[in-house]
Amino acid sequence: MRIHLINGQIMGAPGMSELFIEDGFIVRTLSGPADRTIDVKGGAVLPGLIDAHCHLRDPGFEYREDIVSGTRSAAKGGFTSVCPMPNTRPVCDNASVVRSIVTKAKNEGSANVFPIGAASKGLAGKELAEFGLMKEEGIVAVSDDGRPIETPDLLRKVMQYASDFSLPVLNHCEEPSLSDGVMNEGAVSTELGLRGIPTAAEDVMISRDIILAEYLNLPIHICHVSTKGGVRMIREAKARGVKVTAETCPHYFVLTEDACLGFDTNAKMNPPLRMEEDRLAIIEGLADKTLDLIVTDHAPHHEDEKDLEFSLANNGIVGFETAFALSYTYLVRPGYLTLPDLTACMSANPSRLFGLGRGTLAAGAPADISVFDLDNSFTFDKNKMLSKARNTPFHGYTLYGNTLLTITGGKITYEELC
Amino acid sequence: MKLRNKDLLGMKELQPEEIAEILKTAELMKMVLKSGNKKTSHLQGKSIVTLFYENSTRTRLSFEMASKFMGASSANVSASGSSINKGESLMDTARTIDVMSTDIIVMRHSQSGAPHFIAPKLSASIVNAGDGMNEHPTQALLDMYTMKEKYGSLEGLEVAICGDIYHSRVARSNTIGLTKMGARVRVAGPATMMPVGMEKLGCTVCKTVADAVDGADVVMGLRLQLERQTKSLFPSVPEYYKYYAIDQKILSLAKPGAIVMHPGPCNHGVEMPTLIYDSPQSVINEQVTNGVAVRMAVLYLLMTRRNQE
Repeated sequence: MRIHLINGQIMGAPGMSELFIEDGFIVRTLSGPADRTIDVKGGAVLPGLIDAHCHLRDPGFEYREDIVSGTRSAAKGGFTSVCPMPNTRPVCDNASVVRSIVTKAKNEGSANVFPIGAASKGLAGKELAEFGLMKEEGIVAVSDDGRPIETPDLLRKVMQYASDFSLPVLNHCEEPSLSDGVMNEGAVSTELGLRGIPTAAEDVMISRDIILAEYLNLPIHICHVSTKGGVRMIREAKARGVKVTAETCPHYFVLTEDACLGFDTNAKMNPPLRMEEDRLAIIEGLADKTLDLIVTDHAPHHEDEKDLEFSLANNGIVGFETAFALSYTYLVRPGYLTLPDLTACMSANPSRLFGLGRGTLAAGAPADISVFDLDNSFTFDKNKMLSKARNTPFHGYTLYGNTLLTITGGKITYEELC
Repeated sequence: MKLRNKDLLGMKELQPEEIAEILKTAELMKMVLKSGNKKTSHLQGKSIVTLFYENSTRTRLSFEMASKFMGASSANVSASGSSINKGESLMDTARTIDVMSTDIIVMRHSQSGAPHFIAPKLSASIVNAGDGMNEHPTQALLDMYTMKEKYGSLEGLEVAICGDIYHSRVARSNTIGLTKMGARVRVAGPATMMPVGMEKLGCTVCKTVADAVDGADVVMGLRLQLERQTKSLFPSVPEYYKYYAIDQKILSLAKPGAIVMHPGPCNHGVEMPTLIYDSPQSVINEQVTNGVAVRMAVLYLLMTRRNQE
């Protein structure tokens, strides 16, 4: 199969407007006439986006999302690769679950799926999971997902053992004893009479993780940073040479705790939406590269799990179909980040962290390509999502960066060119 | 004057003119209460249901009395003895009550925002009778009514609210309501029970109970839930009493003749000694009486709005 993309703005190749794809790879020239020529009408052609932190809910919670719907949703958002967290049922803590996810994704998925294995068996925070055997089946990192690795001793062992298999360790940083709440602790939680989670809950554990990473001289990756203090500590640690990397999500640089006013459960997530000073610090952290990745933390939930009293509603929002547009609209258009910097956060950096060999449009790379319309605004409509879930606070937002085309491994996985 | 909203969810949602209207209407209702014939026909043919997920003596009874005095038919649903015990959701329970042609549902729930969650989905008017740590608007209204009765106006009053502010929907509703009506609120209590950013609600957060009570016109205690001790929010009742209670020494710092209030139920010898609870300065029993009048006013005004729809 030979594809010829024309009329694009090719990232990293100023002046170039075409790209050649043959047999699943990007090539310099085609070996024969193109089977298909695609006019992308001036769209920005980027290396396929990679989501380093999401939840596909498969196996076990297919009523929320499954590998088929989740990867279709990802493709619509311009993602060519996604890395699902292990909080499935059964937990993705052994080789056979990893294999079943990878196999299903290969056969039925619309994106590359690189699973993240559990750090501890059953995500219970007690015994190490089988990192080596899981890696054989395709995991690219280990994490206990939404459960912080609570004891410093276990984290130390996870980091040491993961280093034998060159697997990154991702930790959700939130000190459990300080986290008995349902939203950020601050003026809004006080006004609404809701229990708060202080920024200190996150900062305490980030500081611990940095201390261990420095002591062991081993890498640690901090999940979805939401606080000003977290950004500051990671910046300082990087300056000292500590092997720390970090990610954040669009909601942490777009929204604040004010979104919870009116008890809107689509603003309920973990870590919680913070204050304006935190939001600005996250943007600053992305701009100065303290924060390496933008991830979605795509967390589909059924309506019955969200349309509830605030404290009873599940945490999390979907993110595949808004992540790039929110990032482009709120980071690149106001001038905080360049488009190449944003693309690095969503493609080359996650590829490097997880060793995926992607995130580039260079000849020889797998043909994972995303094309976006950066010039025309669109109104985001949650009812048009391909995800099974509808839990998003961004319904009705006017955004830039609609997906025109997604190609994964040379196959078209999403197309909106007509 | 007509209320703006179908529901009474909190003091946050009320405008000062609406608060004034409720307090003015309550004066008329209090005259009914004090008269020999406690029966009006304001709510004749109307249906009011109280839906209580938490225990209550004063609030529930006063809403029921208010309904009956004004001729409405009223009924109760409480967690025990209903399908709530079988695990029926709040939404389904509320909708069940709604479709029985109920005009007003008076609701108490342990979750902040529970009435806000159901109100837009129902045709009945919802009156929040306490939601978690968020609001208890009719308590604030009856407290404000009691203060106004004593001082003539709320404008410029200095009100001290003391105790467990963190868990108190009474403190939140009073702070918001009193501030809207031109009173000045100071709050004090153990730092473990003082929520972050309380001052953003418009009050002054004082370091000590003495600072809060100094020169106050109104001194309000709040119920301390004794089980909070097991969560390390305070070490013991004797220590709490020594440093945070409203005793004679503290009360002597208030303006001469200042009134003492408490939403009840009171732990005697914890929030304040019995001597103060029973003292001439205490208006705690008047608060209860006024609670009936204020709830009559609220039900009447909400029903008037419904009738005009």
